[in-house]
Amino acid sequence: MREAESKLRERFPEADYHRHNENRLYIRVPRERLTDACRFLHQERGMRLCICTGIDTREGFEVLYHFSDDDSGGLYTLKVVVPKDDPQVDSQAGWFPSTDWIEREMHELLGIDFPGHPDMQPLLTSDTDWNPDWKPLRRDYERRAEKHGR
Amino acid sequence: MAGRRIVPIGPYHPLQEEPEFFKLVVEGEKVVDIEIHIGYNHRGHEFISPELTYDQVPFLVERICGICSNSHPMAAVMAVEDICNLEIPERAKYLRTIVHELERIHSHLLWVGLAGHFIGYNTVWMWAWKYREHVLEVFEMLVGNRNHYAMNKPGGVRHDLRPEMVKPIRDAMDLVEKKVWMLTKAVLDDPVILSRLEGVGILTRAQALAYSTTGPTSRGSGVPWDVRRDEPHAAYGLVDWNVICFPEGDVLAKTKVRMLEMIESVKIIRQCLDRIPEGPIEARIEEVPPGEGCGRTEAPRGEVFHYMRSDGTNRPLRHKVRAPSYMNIASNKVACVGGTIADAALTLAAVDPCYCCTERMAAFEDGRLKYTWNELLKLSWQKTERVRARMGR
Repeated sequence: MREAESKLRERFPEADYHRHNENRLYIRVPRERLTDACRFLHQERGMRLCICTGIDTREGFEVLYHFSDDDSGGLYTLKVVVPKDDPQVDSQAGWFPSTDWIEREMHELLGIDFPGHPDMQPLLTSDTDWNPDWKPLRRDYERRAEKHGR
Repeated sequence: MAGRRIVPIGPYHPLQEEPEFFKLVVEGEKVVDIEIHIGYNHRGHEFISPELTYDQVPFLVERICGICSNSHPMAAVMAVEDICNLEIPERAKYLRTIVHELERIHSHLLWVGLAGHFIGYNTVWMWAWKYREHVLEVFEMLVGNRNHYAMNKPGGVRHDLRPEMVKPIRDAMDLVEKKVWMLTKAVLDDPVILSRLEGVGILTRAQALAYSTTGPTSRGSGVPWDVRRDEPHAAYGLVDWNVICFPEGDVLAKTKVRMLEMIESVKIIRQCLDRIPEGPIEARIEEVPPGEGCGRTEAPRGEVFHYMRSDGTNRPLRHKVRAPSYMNIASNKVACVGGTIADAALTLAAVDPCYCCTERMAAFEDGRLKYTWNELLKLSWQKTERVRARMGR
């Protein structure tokens, strides 16, 4: 795990590194370096994508890419923070099919745009009359009863 | 060449009795493309979880899936423990392992039965489910329930193992081991079953890596990854066992992985019963500091991943749940293509898909939400009261 971390630091010196414990490393990368970092972890280091998480915070929308290094047991989380008035993160789905569904889900539930995604349709609400403007995982999303007019 | 046609499977699966929709694009008998639609059972767990306290969250995530009802709470409490950097007591580690492996045996037996049902071999179905009953009886004795074990809590476990429970568990394991071997041999010796499984629905190693599949779906494609070994948690680093992996990538390889994993689970449970130390079963968590944590464990279908963000209050700020089927079902896009329609149903089932896991209830009527959360809760309480009254309690 330490060896991979030093390689990462060498390749991405501008990133912000936070080690939580022996098996957890959080790496905040600038938005424009995300694709390079994902490619580095998956293609060069052979890591598996666990999932992505989108979070609405005071600072902006955070998008986390959790990569698992199954040979050493470490978990590497790439973190990108985007402003709320410009919620865009480059899509990885074109080269990395694992991200296809989760980018659609984050777009649908949190309203983050992923330019370059080959098929940005709703994943979970496609067959319902769910209003695409309702983003339930946003902090300003009103409670259900008011939303549905009751 | 025959023209393209669409063969729909779903939105209510005729065999699996679960809501999902596969649109098979076929030319004659051959599947040339597939469209997968999910979302028919989206329940919004990630939305509900931040409204609950850390002690309540395991009960919520336990209900994501009735089959993996230990994996989700276990991963969720591990995420909380990861935020706190907390090591749980040794006895709790062994207890978590025992319940987790029992769950794997019952889940794999369930799949073997279903797979038999899918290929029209109903004897396998009935036999596998018959032997699964013994495992469910062990659960009932151990935690008081056949499913939904309520075993995990942040910092440890809720139920202790009493000395008089050891023998019945050992007896059940002896029986399960004998019967699993019998089933394995019966399945692998049967030329009809072999010809239905061998070379069908191949997922190559490269495809498994590109789709980040997990669990038996990966291990049947030559990817020898298992979170139990790679990131040892609970008592998995303290007992001897093997990761089962086959390189072929077809449905037969996945079947073999599941069959032999049950034998490994029996081995793990026996060692746990031998080595389990005396001591406390939980560590107290005074407060959860601000921070973030990930918990993951190897569910019967693959890695369950939970991420939690804490802001220092008694509720998570964000809770992300990823069930293994979320990654595994997506890989059907490549595994099904090139096969025949008859094989497609089996290939789609070979990842042991769990739709309720993937979509983590909302009832709609005339396009409007029928019940609110509190109304659903009330319905549930009313039913509990009715059952109590009927039972005279």
